[in-house]
Amino acid sequence: MGKHQRFIENLIHGIFLFLGLVTVGCVLLITVYLILSGIPAIRQIGLLDFLLGDTWESTAKEPSFGILPFILTSIYGTAGAILFGVPVGFFTAVYLAKLAPPKVKAVVESAVSLLAGIPSVVYGLVGMLVLVPGIRQLFHVPDGASLLAAIIVLAIMILPSIIKVSVTALEAVPQEYEDASLALGATPIETYFRVSAPAAKSGIAAAVVLGVGRAIGEAMAVMMVSGNVPNMPSLFQSVRFLTTAVASEMAYSSGLQRQALFSIALVLYLFVLLLNAALNFFLKRKKEG
Amino acid sequence: MKKKTQKLIGLVMAVAVVASMLAGCSQKLSGTVATDGSTSMENVIGALGEAFMEQNDGVTFTYNPTGSGSGIKAVQEGRCDIGLSSRNLKDEETASGLTATVLAYDGIAVIVHPDNPVADLDVETIAKLYTGEITNWKDAGGSDAAVVLIGREAGSGTRDGFESITGTEDACQYRQELTSTGDVITAVSQNPDAIGYASLASVSDSVKALTVGGVAPTEDTVKDGSYVIQRPFVLVTKTDAKLSEAAQAFFDFATSADASDFISKAGAVAAN
Repeated sequence: MGKHQRFIENLIHGIFLFLGLVTVGCVLLITVYLILSGIPAIRQIGLLDFLLGDTWESTAKEPSFGILPFILTSIYGTAGAILFGVPVGFFTAVYLAKLAPPKVKAVVESAVSLLAGIPSVVYGLVGMLVLVPGIRQLFHVPDGASLLAAIIVLAIMILPSIIKVSVTALEAVPQEYEDASLALGATPIETYFRVSAPAAKSGIAAAVVLGVGRAIGEAMAVMMVSGNVPNMPSLFQSVRFLTTAVASEMAYSSGLQRQALFSIALVLYLFVLLLNAALNFFLKRKKEG
Repeated sequence: MKKKTQKLIGLVMAVAVVASMLAGCSQKLSGTVATDGSTSMENVIGALGEAFMEQNDGVTFTYNPTGSGSGIKAVQEGRCDIGLSSRNLKDEETASGLTATVLAYDGIAVIVHPDNPVADLDVETIAKLYTGEITNWKDAGGSDAAVVLIGREAGSGTRDGFESITGTEDACQYRQELTSTGDVITAVSQNPDAIGYASLASVSDSVKALTVGGVAPTEDTVKDGSYVIQRPFVLVTKTDAKLSEAAQAFFDFATSADASDFISKAGAVAAN
């Protein structure tokens, strides 16, 4: 290798290293910024009052900043979305990976991809015009903007990530496993649920965690259907999520209110960090297993 | 061949730059006017900005719809020339060296679903509805149905205006807190039992604007003060700093009598 060539090699190596570091740098910058801007309000309000307080009145004369309703709403909303979304997503994935004729599979898979590409504001708008009045009439409640509406929208939004990752995991199960099961006399359906699904379980778990991540981080669509009042969560009540708490008040906020919004963002960030750790855990187990 | 084209492009660009610099030297006004603030003022400030740019084609006018609080902060920090606020400045904001100039008045319409039989409420009843003292429409002259209160998010200029005029600060029992005027109108138009409030300029046919104490919200009733749910649109500037030439020209234009046509076309009532 000539000197010139080696120089170019090193140069390109350096450029790629720099580009990689840009990503790392962005993450670090956001983390440091969030911590620095999130800590002051928590310190002023008090960690326990902030996390466990059940009233949020950020612009009242004597403001109170308790985000327990937001935390619980985010947890309930995400859990509800998982409850609806995972069974539908999982069975769709089994069907697509194992049972569907190629033509049907092609159509359904492109529909799923399309679903993933729809902007969240469109989900929100459709939810606001169809789902919210629908819930109002179906359940005879005064107003349909509620936790339930948010859960339904979120469940639909997380379907693509659950289906796609699960299909990949199920298709990666070695053919020999299934052949052996069939040879022992199990029916195809028994084979898929007793052999293929357990063999792909860490991949499916990763799909669920991805879905949780998508659901907990969604703001726009949820803001348009959930009513946005900082109530304790209840299925037919108007509720506010961690994400929408930040998004809905940021534009007009000032002083401690603004700082508290950064603190909410910090709490949300910690939630997402935990989720990522869980995702890494499942993926690692997959490699070892 | 390729090099030649590149050279040619470079030359053209250089000429353009020199020409634009020369243009700047002449009497004609140039530069940028940056405004930042209230989303409720979008129609008004958009119309004024367009008209101003038409009259002075060397000037670029920008409007950043961030909300009253952000706009006031932006002018404080020097990130824009003129801040836009749909509420009067608080004492601490005036004390920090800001001046408010009222540009126009905006009526806040109280809106219900077109099918709602109620057509008139007084301010007291509206306050009772919003504080949850009246929870059924039949107690306000309507049909037997639960009242669904729709409002804006904490910090919004419209909410601040509505609550301070009706005396319901921090006491409203909202069923929905939405983040834009358009969302409020959509939500009210979707629910026959809903009541909401929105900037008069944005009210469309999909909802019904109530008369308040017998007075319909119109430009005339807002201007003469007989329609009571109204608030100012304010231009915020630094008290001790001089505006740039372009920004000063815009400020003079916006507060002149010439601008009142544009303001009223945008649905608000000019102050001057």
